[in-house]
Amino acid sequence: MADFVQLWVYLASAPLFGLTATLVTYVVATTIYDRLGRAPWANPVLWSVVCIGTVLVVTGTSYPTYFAGAQFVHVLLGPAVVALAWPLWLRRSELRRRGVALTIAALVGGMAAAGSAVALGWAFDLPPDVLRSLAPKSVTAPVAMGIADRIGGVPALAAVFAVMTGMVGSLSGKYIFSLLHIDDWAVRGFALGTVSHGIGAARALQVNADAGAYAGIALGLQVLLASLLVPLAFRWFA
Amino acid sequence: MMALRGLAMLLLLQTAGEALAHAFALSLPGPVLGMVLLLLGLQASWIRVPVRAGAELLLANLSLLFVPIGVGVITHLDLVSKYGVRLVAVIVLSTWIGIVVTALILRGLLPATVPRGSGDG
Repeated sequence: MADFVQLWVYLASAPLFGLTATLVTYVVATTIYDRLGRAPWANPVLWSVVCIGTVLVVTGTSYPTYFAGAQFVHVLLGPAVVALAWPLWLRRSELRRRGVALTIAALVGGMAAAGSAVALGWAFDLPPDVLRSLAPKSVTAPVAMGIADRIGGVPALAAVFAVMTGMVGSLSGKYIFSLLHIDDWAVRGFALGTVSHGIGAARALQVNADAGAYAGIALGLQVLLASLLVPLAFRWFA
Repeated sequence: MMALRGLAMLLLLQTAGEALAHAFALSLPGPVLGMVLLLLGLQASWIRVPVRAGAELLLANLSLLFVPIGVGVITHLDLVSKYGVRLVAVIVLSTWIGIVVTALILRGLLPATVPRGSGDG
């Protein structure tokens, strides 16, 4: 037993642990997700986070220790944001044709998501730094962190809120769209990408190619709009 | 190899974006500026071909990239236990509001010209 503990302490302190845990857990979670017919509740991000988080808490392993390895996955978020230009470019003729409608929907939808979060949080008496971390939660996590930092929020919290928002949208989108009788894949994908950013887009992409493409467009638009407008809104109102 | 070249190019563009943001004190994050630069650069086939491979690799596995940040919730367990129910309520409700508003507006604005495919989302 003592040997095992020593081995664990050694393994857990090396960057190898965080990277291996992240990839292996995600691959297993994705396999189960596929086996279950990609049911929304089997979301691989959700279960990877729950499993790894539980292991860290139970074994008393610190987050920085885990992140020493996981950062090699994390840094790829930057180039992934740059890569969002690709789905935009692929659909450039549709963008030109439907650009005005898409921009209005992205603008109003993004404002509804951010505004309702701040208003509800204020009504529920959440502290100001939490409110400022809630505002950019519909933007993909790395950008949300940057925005939160600029408006006086807590970047790490903003990232967690963004991931939660992504998971809520991925889990419930299907039911909301059925309830509203929305069966146009472009609309479904765009709404998921606008509000639930990368995680919603990943879900949309798994479900339908049109939905995925429109989610990618929405994600890119939201990144641009929110980076410009959320800090401006806070300068005006706060 | 093509995907690797694409990844290198995406990283270069992000770096260029960060440099621009710092140099001109712009309010857009570096990766976002990198995305805008790439959007302009995709006209050129020597950028387009490798970037396509790199972008498809990253975007196909996009949800993996959120796992390390998501696990970060364990550093805020005190906050979650203090405001947990209220926080979850705010996040769930505002997410639903955002999705409903976006979907209804877009449905109102778009003529339904995209063919309906099959799927379950």
